[in-house]
Amino acid sequence: MYRIVSAIFLAENIKKFEIEAPRIAKKRKAGQFVIVRITEHGERIPLTIADSNPETGTITIIAQGAGKSTRELNRKEAGDTIADVVGPLGTPSHIEHFGTAVSIGGGVGTAIAYPTAAALKEAGNYVITINGARSKDLVILEEEMKAVSDEAYITTDDGSYGYHGFVTQKLQELIDSGKKIDFVLAIGPIPMMRAVAEVTRPYGIKTVVSLNPIMIDGTGMCGGCRVTVGGEIKFGCIDGPEFDAHLVDFKNLADRNRIYQHEEKEADEAFAHQCNLTGQA
Amino acid sequence: MDCHEKTFQSKTAIIMDARKITAKERMAIPRQEMPAQDPQVRIGNFQEVHLGLTPELAQMEALRCIQCKDPVCIAGCPVNIKIDQFIKLIAEGDFMGAVRKVKEDNVLPSICGRVCPQEDQCEKVCVIGKKHEPVAIGNLERFVGDYERLSGQRIDPVLAPSTGKKVAVVGSGPAGLSCANDLAQFGHKVVIFEALHELGGVLMYGIPEFRLPKEIVRDELDGLRRMGIEFRTDVVVGRTITVDELMEEEGFDAVFIGVGAGLPWFMGIPGENLVGVLAANEFLTRVNLMKAYDFMKSSDTPVFDCKGKNVAVFGGGNTAMDAVRTAKRLGAEHAYIVYRRSEAEMPAREEEIHHAQKEGIEFMLQTIPLEFVGDDKAWLTGVQCQKMALGEPDDSGRRRPVPVPGSEFLLPIDMAIISIGNGSNPLIKQTTPDIEVSKKETIVVDVNTMQTSKENVYAGGDIVTGGATVILAMGAGRTAAAAINEKLSGTAQNFNEW
Repeated sequence: MYRIVSAIFLAENIKKFEIEAPRIAKKRKAGQFVIVRITEHGERIPLTIADSNPETGTITIIAQGAGKSTRELNRKEAGDTIADVVGPLGTPSHIEHFGTAVSIGGGVGTAIAYPTAAALKEAGNYVITINGARSKDLVILEEEMKAVSDEAYITTDDGSYGYHGFVTQKLQELIDSGKKIDFVLAIGPIPMMRAVAEVTRPYGIKTVVSLNPIMIDGTGMCGGCRVTVGGEIKFGCIDGPEFDAHLVDFKNLADRNRIYQHEEKEADEAFAHQCNLTGQA
Repeated sequence: MDCHEKTFQSKTAIIMDARKITAKERMAIPRQEMPAQDPQVRIGNFQEVHLGLTPELAQMEALRCIQCKDPVCIAGCPVNIKIDQFIKLIAEGDFMGAVRKVKEDNVLPSICGRVCPQEDQCEKVCVIGKKHEPVAIGNLERFVGDYERLSGQRIDPVLAPSTGKKVAVVGSGPAGLSCANDLAQFGHKVVIFEALHELGGVLMYGIPEFRLPKEIVRDELDGLRRMGIEFRTDVVVGRTITVDELMEEEGFDAVFIGVGAGLPWFMGIPGENLVGVLAANEFLTRVNLMKAYDFMKSSDTPVFDCKGKNVAVFGGGNTAMDAVRTAKRLGAEHAYIVYRRSEAEMPAREEEIHHAQKEGIEFMLQTIPLEFVGDDKAWLTGVQCQKMALGEPDDSGRRRPVPVPGSEFLLPIDMAIISIGNGSNPLIKQTTPDIEVSKKETIVVDVNTMQTSKENVYAGGDIVTGGATVILAMGAGRTAAAAINEKLSGTAQNFNEW
C-alpha cells in the first residue's frame, strides 16, 4: 500500500497527489510515468509523474477524473492509501540544449509538460511555455510553469483568461513573429498534439509528443500500448511514451483508444450511480 | 453395495495388490481417465477443466508402473523427479510419502502436474507407452500436489543453516520460484522482486484459470513464504532499481534474472492496426491477471465483449489455445484457430488441442491471413485468408506450405488475437549494458551454470531461451541455484542430496 501525503484539487475534477514511493522518487526522470492500481480490484492506469522529491521519498501525480478509476482516485484524501504504484516506467524525455524550446500543455497534459519544461530550462534552453485550457477555472500549474519559463503564455478556448484561442494559434503567432524555435514538446488531448504537429511540420521544427495508449503491465510484456510511428510498430511503455510528432499516426492512436469506450462508459455510470447513493460524488 | 463400501473394498484390494501384482497384470490395467467437466458446461465457466484423480484412480494408475530398473522417465524430466519412487508410494497408498518424494525435486507439483508437456518428456519415454498408453505421470504428480494441499498437512523442506548470503531473484515466475526454493534450502536469504502487483508471473497473467486455478499458485507461493523467502511486488528491475544497485547498494551477493518473455510479435500484414486486433498477451493478461471476465463485479478492467461475436486466434501454440478457449468462455459465437500448417505441426500440447476441439473451437488449418479488413470507424470486420498446401521439401526436408491460388476467402470476425510468439523483455538489456545478449536479445548464459557475462549474475527461463515451457524454466532456475550456491559457498554440492 502506498500512502497519500497530500491531495488537493487544482481545478474542478483535476487533483494533485503527493504519494510516498521512495524508490520511484529516487529514480524518476522527466517524462516517465507510474502505473497505479487504486484498489485490490482496480485497473492498472498509467499516470505521468509530475514531480518527485527524493529527500521526502514522494512523487507527485495529477489526475483528471475522466472515468471510473480516475474518479475513484480523485476521491482519495491525504492519509488514504493506494493499492499499487509502480515505476518509474517509460523512457525519460530526451533533454538537451536545443536553443529555444517551447513546451505546450493542453488541459491536464500540462501536468506532464511541466516537468519536461523544468528539465529543458535546467539544460540551458530558452523556455517558452504555452499552457492551454478550455476556460480560466481549468488552468493548472500556472505559477509552476511561470517559474521555469523565460516566456509563459496561457491560452483559453473561451477567452476567459490569457490569450483567447488554441495553443496552436499561439504557437503559430510565435513562429510568425520570426522567433527561431528549435524544439517543441506538446502534451495534451490527441487532437491538440496532432494539430501542433501540423503547425511545426512545414518549418521542420523538431516536435515531440507524449502518447497515452491503452496499457496494462507497462513493463514491455502485454503489447497493449502498441502505436504506429513512422509506419512501424512501437510500444508506448518501452519505446515511449514520447515520440516524434511528425511520425506518429494519431488517427490510429485515437481509433485504438476507443476499443473499450462502451465498457468504460458503463463502469463510469455505475460508479456515478453508486456515489449518488452513498452521497460521496 | 453402496458407494462407500465399494470404494473401501476396491481400495483395500489395490493396496494388497500393490505388493504382489505381476508386470503382465500391471500392463493389463488401462490408463485411468481423469474426470473432467463436460465440455458444454465448462465453456460457460472459468473453472478448471479437469477435476483431478480420486485416491482410488491414482492408486490404480500407479499400479500400471512396472518400476523399471533403469527408469528412463526420470531422465525425461527437466528437474529429474524420482518418478518411479513417488509412483510406488502412491500405489502403496502412502500419499504423504509420495508428496515428500516429489518435493525433493519439485516444489510446485500441483502446477507442473497441470501445465508440463508430459507427452514430450517423462511420458514420451515411458516403457509402458511402447505397447500401451504411457503411465499418466503428470496426472499422478498433480494428484500428489493436490493431495498435500487438500490434506491440510504441509511438507516443508528442511533448510540448511543460514549462510549469511543474500540472493536477489528477479521475476516470480516458474524460473524465479524454483531458483528461490533451492537457494533457500541451501541456507541463503532470498528476496524475490516482481514487477506486477501479483506474484507468479506467467502462471498468473498467462495461463488461464480453467487450466491452472490461481488459488493453487497462491498456495504454492505460501509454501515459499514459510521457507522465509521474501517477496517484493511493484518493483521493476531495470526501472525501479537496477541489477547493479541490487548488488552494490542493497547488498545482494548474487542476482538471478528470470523476467520471462517480452513484447509480442505481430504479423506485419495490412490492417493489423484496426481496432479489435490485439496480442494474446494483452487479451490473456486482462482476463487472467486482471480478472476481466468478472468486469463490473470484482474487476474494473474491461475486455473485448466476445458475446455472440466471432473471434479468430492466429497461431498454434499453447498460448493460442488458451486465448481461443478463453474467447469461447467469454461467449464467442464462433472461436477459430487459424494456423498455416496442419494439426500435427501445432506446437500446442495435444491435450489442449483436444480440449479445444471438444469445446467447439473451429480449426482453420493450413490457412494464412492476408489482410485484416475494417469498417469506416477502423473497427475490424473480417480477415482475408488463403488456403495453403504442402509443396516441395525445403532445405530442412520438411514440405513447405505454399499458397493455393484462387483459394482466398473472407472470414467475418470481430476480434483477432495474434499469438505467434514473443520477443524478450528489453528492460534488463537496456539498463544493464554489461550483460551480453544474443541477436534475438535473449540473455546469453553458460548452460551448465546459467551464469551471464556479468559476474554473480545468472539468468534462466524465457529471457534466455525465448518462449518455452514452465518446466524448462524451472529446470534452468534449479541449475542456476546450484551454481550460485557453489559460487557463494565455494564448494560443490549435489542438491539431489537435500
